[in-house]
Amino acid sequence: MMPSSFSVFRAGISFVMMCIFYTSAVDSPELSPQTFFSTLQPGKATLVYFCQAESPRTSMFLEELNEAAKPLQDYGISVAKVNCVTEETSRYCGSEKDLIKAYLFRGNIPLREFPTDTLFDVDAILAHVLFALLFNEVKYITTLGDLQNIENALKGKRNIAFSYVRAIGTPEHRAVMEAAFVYGTTYQFVLTTEIAVLESIGPEDIEYPHLYFFYCKQVLDLTQPCRRILMKQSLTTLNIHRFIKTMEAPLLTEVAGDPTQVSTVHLQLGLPLVFIVGQQATYEADRTTAEWVAWRLLGKAGVLLLLRDSLEVDIPHDTNVIIRRAEEDTQVEFLALSHIDLIVFHLESTMNVEEMVKYEDMAELNIEIQDDEVEETVYRDRKRQLPLELTLELTEETFHATVTASDSIVLFYAGWQAVSMAFLQSYIDVAIKLKGTSTMLLARVNCADWSHVCTEQNVTEFPVVKMYKEGQNPVSYTGMLGTEDLLKFIQLNRISCPVNITSVQEAEEYLNGELYKDLISYSSMSVLGLFSPTMTRAKEEFTEAGSYLKGYVTTGIYSEEDVLRLSSKYTVTLPALLLARHKEGKIESIPLVNVHVHDIVQIITNASLETFPEITVENLPTYLRLQKPLLILFSDGGIDLQHEKTILRLAKKKYLDSVTPCWLNLKKTPVGRGVLQAYFGTLPPLPLLVVVNLHSGGHVFAFPSDQAVTKQNLLLWLKKLEAGLESPIKVLPAQEWKPPLPAYDFLSMMDAAASEHLARKVPECIKETDMHESDKEQPDDKSAITEESIGTSKMKHSSRSSWLEEIKKPLRHDNQEL
Amino acid sequence: MGLSTVAPLWGAPGLLLTIALHLALYLRPAQAWAPVHRDYCVLGAGPAGLQMAYFLQRAGRDYMVFERAPVPGSFFTRYPRHRKLISINKRYTGKTNAEFNLRHDWNSLLSHDPRLLFRHYSDAYYPDANDMVRYLSDFAERLGLHVLYNTTIAHVTVNKDRGAWNGHYFILTDHRGQAYQCSVLLVATGLSVPNQVDFPGSEYVDGYESVSVDPKDFEGQNVLILGRGNSAFETAENIFSVTNFIHMLSRSRVRLSWATHYVGDLRAINNGLLDTYQLKSLDGLLESDLTDLAIVKDHKGKFHITLKLFMEEFFNQSSDAIPLPQDNNDNFAMRVAYDRVIRCLGWKFDFSIFSKSLRLSSGSELSEKYPLVRASYESKGSRGLFILGTASHSVDYRKSAGGFIHGFRYTVRAVHRLLEQRHHGVAWPSTEHPITHLASAIIRRINEASGLYQMFSVLADVVLLKENATTFEYLEEFPMQMLAQLETITGKRARHGLFVINMEYGRNYSGPDKDVFFSDRSVGHMEDAWLSNFLHPVIYYYRHLPTEQEVRFRPAGWPLPRPSALHHVVEDFLTDWTAPVGHILPLRRFLENCLDTDLRSFYAESCFLFALTHQKLPPFCQQGYLRTQGLVGTESLRQHGVESGLLWDSATMGQNQGASDQRPGDHGPGGHPLAPGPPVSPFNSNKEEL
Repeated sequence: MMPSSFSVFRAGISFVMMCIFYTSAVDSPELSPQTFFSTLQPGKATLVYFCQAESPRTSMFLEELNEAAKPLQDYGISVAKVNCVTEETSRYCGSEKDLIKAYLFRGNIPLREFPTDTLFDVDAILAHVLFALLFNEVKYITTLGDLQNIENALKGKRNIAFSYVRAIGTPEHRAVMEAAFVYGTTYQFVLTTEIAVLESIGPEDIEYPHLYFFYCKQVLDLTQPCRRILMKQSLTTLNIHRFIKTMEAPLLTEVAGDPTQVSTVHLQLGLPLVFIVGQQATYEADRTTAEWVAWRLLGKAGVLLLLRDSLEVDIPHDTNVIIRRAEEDTQVEFLALSHIDLIVFHLESTMNVEEMVKYEDMAELNIEIQDDEVEETVYRDRKRQLPLELTLELTEETFHATVTASDSIVLFYAGWQAVSMAFLQSYIDVAIKLKGTSTMLLARVNCADWSHVCTEQNVTEFPVVKMYKEGQNPVSYTGMLGTEDLLKFIQLNRISCPVNITSVQEAEEYLNGELYKDLISYSSMSVLGLFSPTMTRAKEEFTEAGSYLKGYVTTGIYSEEDVLRLSSKYTVTLPALLLARHKEGKIESIPLVNVHVHDIVQIITNASLETFPEITVENLPTYLRLQKPLLILFSDGGIDLQHEKTILRLAKKKYLDSVTPCWLNLKKTPVGRGVLQAYFGTLPPLPLLVVVNLHSGGHVFAFPSDQAVTKQNLLLWLKKLEAGLESPIKVLPAQEWKPPLPAYDFLSMMDAAASEHLARKVPECIKETDMHESDKEQPDDKSAITEESIGTSKMKHSSRSSWLEEIKKPLRHDNQEL
Repeated sequence: MGLSTVAPLWGAPGLLLTIALHLALYLRPAQAWAPVHRDYCVLGAGPAGLQMAYFLQRAGRDYMVFERAPVPGSFFTRYPRHRKLISINKRYTGKTNAEFNLRHDWNSLLSHDPRLLFRHYSDAYYPDANDMVRYLSDFAERLGLHVLYNTTIAHVTVNKDRGAWNGHYFILTDHRGQAYQCSVLLVATGLSVPNQVDFPGSEYVDGYESVSVDPKDFEGQNVLILGRGNSAFETAENIFSVTNFIHMLSRSRVRLSWATHYVGDLRAINNGLLDTYQLKSLDGLLESDLTDLAIVKDHKGKFHITLKLFMEEFFNQSSDAIPLPQDNNDNFAMRVAYDRVIRCLGWKFDFSIFSKSLRLSSGSELSEKYPLVRASYESKGSRGLFILGTASHSVDYRKSAGGFIHGFRYTVRAVHRLLEQRHHGVAWPSTEHPITHLASAIIRRINEASGLYQMFSVLADVVLLKENATTFEYLEEFPMQMLAQLETITGKRARHGLFVINMEYGRNYSGPDKDVFFSDRSVGHMEDAWLSNFLHPVIYYYRHLPTEQEVRFRPAGWPLPRPSALHHVVEDFLTDWTAPVGHILPLRRFLENCLDTDLRSFYAESCFLFALTHQKLPPFCQQGYLRTQGLVGTESLRQHGVESGLLWDSATMGQNQGASDQRPGDHGPGGHPLAPGPPVSPFNSNKEEL
């Protein structure tokens, strides 16, 4: 279908070409009125010019008319000149001597009369004549209402080509009329010279002529607007032909063949082809994407959907876009692009010089559209009223008095900084949860208003949370910027850290969770340091470690005389740590040998890790620190107990030491679906075991779905993995994160302006091709003129101010400058 | 004294010199035998001297301020003659940010004490000079600054000494003959000598410094004022309602400060006479070089203007015989006789007390009233000699505010920071941050920094990138013309590229004849930011520290050499550059492309997804999430994220994947996040090389 429609078009062009050759020798015949009327053929259009006498005024026009005769012939319109002097006068001749008139006849019926000053050149003649002939095909409108009426009337019926030209008779008007001559029966042409109509349609620069294509034919719902596509190129006959051809071409073509061989009308029109590489599994999504790209590139490139599965030729593994250009000597490009805008960018930035995107088009790249999720969400949420009154706003005057008067948590943020404003919402949520229950004062400082307070508190980035307690240095919060973790931090800070245990009885209560019952939900593990009273150094180290972990882990210390009762009960030598895991109801003991603060912190942190944790958004970083491949069991909802048992048993026997076993609950961590989709392209049946080697190679392996998750199968599989016998289902991309989009290149803009300025200074250097450019610069030219007029007015003033110079002249000896 | 006068008399050098020295010392008063040593000597307890004293005091340095008057700021006890200061005392801005408010406070000095803000000293928008005197003495007293009043330094010379910080000591001698030996000399004496033009008849002229300020003395008189600065117009303003007319004469055309954006040019508060002149009153303005003029006093005591060269021909004759211009040219503009001629030509620096050995010379023709200094305010002739305050204005004369309190309070601080590094090993103050905070650090400063705003195009903030550009150091208010010497001045390393954050007016916007109200003067769209006219932030990116050559031979009209990349933040009517899309987004894109990385911020959930599906993470996730400091967000924010298409809609994902209304957002075709894209011709790439 595509190729055939193209050949029709080509035939049309060549026909025109032939005509031009054929008629090149034709000159408009000069006839007398009588002979003229007898030559008129029914149905054939003729442009006739009646003249009284040759005069300089008419000779100019005649030259243009002669020149227009050839192209008019192409449209089947003949041109004739009638001499009114030689024969008896006709009523068309008029009475005044040098008044000249032209008429358009169809057959012997006069259609229109043209004052010759409207037919000032070839373009004007063609534009006017075709305009008169194509009265029905081209609707002239003056208001937006007219346009809407036409649009509504044609929905579901025909597409519209709407154009704005600056005036009737201009070259672009001629181009539109010539297009209408060819396509007028297929599409409804609508024309306006009213800039107001254009302004109401689009935000584009309205100084230039425009052509829009309205897709009304497939609009069946009358309330829906027709989709409008703007033609970007200048209005010339060829450009319009090309544009309409691409509008006729199918939006998206699905191909299965070799991308280097496929051809569509676009390629023949000199436009590039963009292949979106998809696969059968994600067909729907890929097609949606491709359609979206196709709309974006409509009129600029042809878009095709290529399914990798159906392809016999090899294309690079990570390729998702292929670009093939019309120029014969260019290579087919295989690209892996992360963003749709990049396709457009890539296409336009490497187009040839003529099509070179000027910086005005940068806006099209969406570089002005927010692509930062935090910025965008905070901005969209800006109108929501937060219950800010739940936290105390501090100022330069109140800050010191407040934080010294009571234990306080202070959030330092800046009203313009999105990340800190997003966190402010979580902070308010904490305030809501703690309302009326906490002794800790929740306060905030907006650093945009109280800059000096923040600087003084050493806050130079946002957000920062600090806790102020009497007699202690302020502590910065370093946990996740979210409600849960901050709440945990505040709650665990209610008790001192480490808390001083005074009796064996209390120690037992502390270990079994009775002592701080309400805190168990925040800290699933309690640490108790056991020291004999004389171990002052070890106690100091432990105390420091405890205060370091403050707000994250509950720690306690016991060093009474009867500490041996505890150490013997848990069979450990002093100094030692007891770790109580409340969930499992287990108490572990670890002897401390020559350990320093740092080691103690490390021991406790490691101990707080679980053997087979449920991985969540919040705790993943903690487990990633182990730098081991993750063995993830994806589960839609709670974990299969049998699987859990299997893995725990293997872990206990140290078979799983080379990996971090964990499981992911898709109900609780829905983003896990995104992970699975990245691995499998689609959502596989669950539960499912996967090994992700993030730290070396980024290989992803899936446990065979046809095997049961048993001890043996799992062990065998892991061994095969280690031996390199399994092939990954996916290799995670290793690219660096590059700028998502380009920036404005102001340096180039300045350079361009500077060179333009130079060019204007040397007008003889302007090349012919630049003429169009210089048209656009009218505003600038105007400013140049005003500058000059300022210059002359300056001159006038200076004649007054140089009064001294004037009178000095007669007497002056030396010509010393003023 | 002894040395310079006695030695030539004795003629022979060498041995005799020692005798002279001996004599000179012997003749001194007893207490002056040993010169007093100070590390820092400050000349003058005006605003600049006190400002420097404050910083030296806070740093715990050994310093002394010398002041010839019994009070600080003695200039203001007499000037301006009509007592109205034209520096703005803006007490309300609608903002509480103290740093921001200094952008509109032209009188306060910098200190940590909020009570020492000028707005507590005067309610007037144009305050009275007496309030300034009161303010300055409070400043000196409350902060306990070391000022030696009633001490006139009569002579300054230099004494070579290898052990001295700068290879020499500055020797100051006061009016009592007491000598002081200083390692560093900070001259803040202002401009104290009235500018005089020598021409025949100049003896008939009243000086601004002594002319009557009582309008009654000018009733019904024809007055000629020489000069076209604020003092000239201030004088005219005071009397123009009672005179017959006032003519004002000066070499160059009047420069209106609102057209030149230079506060030293004629301020609107003084321009009443311009109004009457242009509204065809009898007052008028004329341009001529004063050095060509002569004034003749006739037998009635009236003054006539003629030319110097006429006088030269007839210099022995009686005044009535001297030809006047109107004899030849009967419509000569100044043919009337004047009752008074007043000189208001401004002031210049007092070079007289400085010995030649200091090699302190005056500036170029444009700024000859100022001593010549480097952009670091250090004298070109002697190391360790710095010029502060009004006298340091040659650096930015007719450009920025360095000659005025609201400007030099910052340049003084810059000089102090330089000295701290040079002599005490205290590096230029800076803060270090992860790269993801770069845009915020810049946004914060361009929105509140007063030093950048007041000293635009003179002081600029500098961001020094660390290796791999994962962290950066932020330095405030560095004298940008010294960029090539940044490493020695600040004690920091600049090996991995740097940004310079400056404030600028549009290139062709300022000038005495510019129409600053033309209709398209303001730029709204961020893409046109480089055409901004009003003061706006401009950020320069250099891959390497520019060399001294590059700074010196920078393109005309550029404050700095051509950078690798350049960004303009579009001018803002409210000078509030915090719009997420209008200001912050283009800035982030600029920084991203300079650093060739992705500086977007992400919620923890996105980082989680990236962490499990990519081998590398964007910096925000690396520096936040991976260190368990991810941004969790709330449900309502999540909802907005899903609506905007920037966040994953986990609810629908997998169930009806590829739904037709799914906006192809950030995550590319195929419904799963793709790898980060290829470089988008970042500014870093070599093909951008100039």
